[in-house]
Amino acid sequence: MYRYIAGRMVAAIPVLVGISIVVFLLTSLIPGDVVTVMLGMMRSPQAEATLRRLFGLDQPIYVRYLVWMGGVLRGDLGVSLRTGEPVFHALVTRFPVTIELTVLSLIVGLIVGIPSGIIAAVKQYSKADYVVSVVSLSGVCLPDFLVGTLLVLIFALWLRVLPPTGYVGLRENPVQNLRLMILPAFTLGIGSAAVFMRMTRSAMLEVIHKDYVRTARAKGLTERVVLLVHAFRNALIPVVTVVGIDAGFLLSGVVIVETIFSLPGVGRLALDSVAMRDYPMVQGVVLLVATTFVLVNLVVDILYVYLDPRIRY
Amino acid sequence: MEGSFLALTLRRFLRNRTAVVGGLVLILLAIAAVAAPFLAPYDPREMHPAERLSAPSPSYPLGADQFGRDILSRLLYGARISLRVGFLSTGMALFLGLLLGLTAGYVGGWADTIISRILDIMFAFPFMLLAVSIMAVLGPKEVNVIITIGVVYAPIFARICRGSTLSAKENEYIQAARLVGASDVRIVIRHIMPNIMAPIIVQTTLSLATAIIAEAALSFLGVGTPPPAPSWGEMVSRGREFMELSPWGAIFPAVAIFTTVLSFNLLGDGLRDALDPLMQRAS
Repeated sequence: MYRYIAGRMVAAIPVLVGISIVVFLLTSLIPGDVVTVMLGMMRSPQAEATLRRLFGLDQPIYVRYLVWMGGVLRGDLGVSLRTGEPVFHALVTRFPVTIELTVLSLIVGLIVGIPSGIIAAVKQYSKADYVVSVVSLSGVCLPDFLVGTLLVLIFALWLRVLPPTGYVGLRENPVQNLRLMILPAFTLGIGSAAVFMRMTRSAMLEVIHKDYVRTARAKGLTERVVLLVHAFRNALIPVVTVVGIDAGFLLSGVVIVETIFSLPGVGRLALDSVAMRDYPMVQGVVLLVATTFVLVNLVVDILYVYLDPRIRY
Repeated sequence: MEGSFLALTLRRFLRNRTAVVGGLVLILLAIAAVAAPFLAPYDPREMHPAERLSAPSPSYPLGADQFGRDILSRLLYGARISLRVGFLSTGMALFLGLLLGLTAGYVGGWADTIISRILDIMFAFPFMLLAVSIMAVLGPKEVNVIITIGVVYAPIFARICRGSTLSAKENEYIQAARLVGASDVRIVIRHIMPNIMAPIIVQTTLSLATAIIAEAALSFLGVGTPPPAPSWGEMVSRGREFMELSPWGAIFPAVAIFTTVLSFNLLGDGLRDALDPLMQRAS
């Protein structure tokens, strides 16, 4: 098992290096740079040349990449060209907000999606199954920005029971933090719930007609034990796979939700950094999110071993 | 054989009422988009300051936005943008995906290794950040939105195509074709491609839905189709700012996006069910 984990970590390195090269090339191709953005109308050739030399932007692209990569290997992600703040510090400050949003969204998705999927499978072709199918399809068809917009309209503007935007740290004021995170978490969580509903229903339907489930019923076990201990446990593998994939998509989708609800996470940081041509910050965010995605996939693969003892790496 | 394949698929598809409804809605949408100049009561860019943020009325059936522009007219012309970007970007993703997937699956070896690593990198890259970065490089124009979405979605088609090709090339009819001297290009085009098209067709329909969402999302963030073009996503984004005074500017484009995406998904699910026995036989 440890050899498998080590092998996966080693295999992830070329993927992460490839991502760093792609993002470096992309940010270098963006017209203009942070110098033109900073100087604006007041630019002169001298001022531009001085600032470019200061930021190292006068170096060839491969030199800039190697310098940056050398820094990454030493734990130094560089400095924001816009604010002068160390990239590492900015990420450490803002990543917890994104993580909190992702975790809360996953919780919403799991609490709504998994029981609904189980009920729909157990009561196949009933009204409950039909409602779950309609709701899950609708959830898949509603993009994040639409859900967010509609939730703000209903709960913040019409009913006035929740604040529309803003963020307060969890340690600063836990109650207000959770109030402010309800709408963003449900915005992302509804889409996740729809996906989990569909996958749980499909996985449970495959399992509940198996012989061992029939045997468990014949032994006189209660329906709850049959479903949760025997059926659901064996339906978990595809569900866990989808949860893992969704965690990766959530990390990508937070860009829009953080923008709608003015959350100070890394998604919004990346969007602002692209607009301001702040390359080190963009590179830092992309590397962080991609690394997290790779680690989440690894955790999912390790979970398989605990869910199904027949799986061995 | 071909006639019976199409007839069988069509018969199975038509038995699925929700898929047929999805298809009909899309046909109506396409007609509305094409006929927009005749159906729209106003020019989508025409401003009537006196009617800013007005509610639905006989003169403005769906209300007016913050510049006094008719929302119905903008929705009709916006349908053109959504469908155009949806179809062209998906077509581009399909073309690139087929090229990469067929090469990786059929040639194998170093080609497969290099292409698979590229696909791994693209999949691990946060999608929205990749799209925003490419748009920042290319600039805010509709054609660049098409290119961006096409490039970002190509890996999905490439993976499906690669998997299906790896499976299809082991069939005996492929070996027979090689033995009679068929070239690799002929084998790929005449023998492999027709037998891997079922999952590709289903993915194409589903990708049309996600491409429309992607265009709307990029426009919502302000990096997609630039104003004053009536992109549905941009309409939701601008309408959001005035929701308290006049929610129509956000609600109606939201309904349009949802209806279109739902219809494509129903169509895709219906095609998957109709092609299912054939997909199983092909694999």
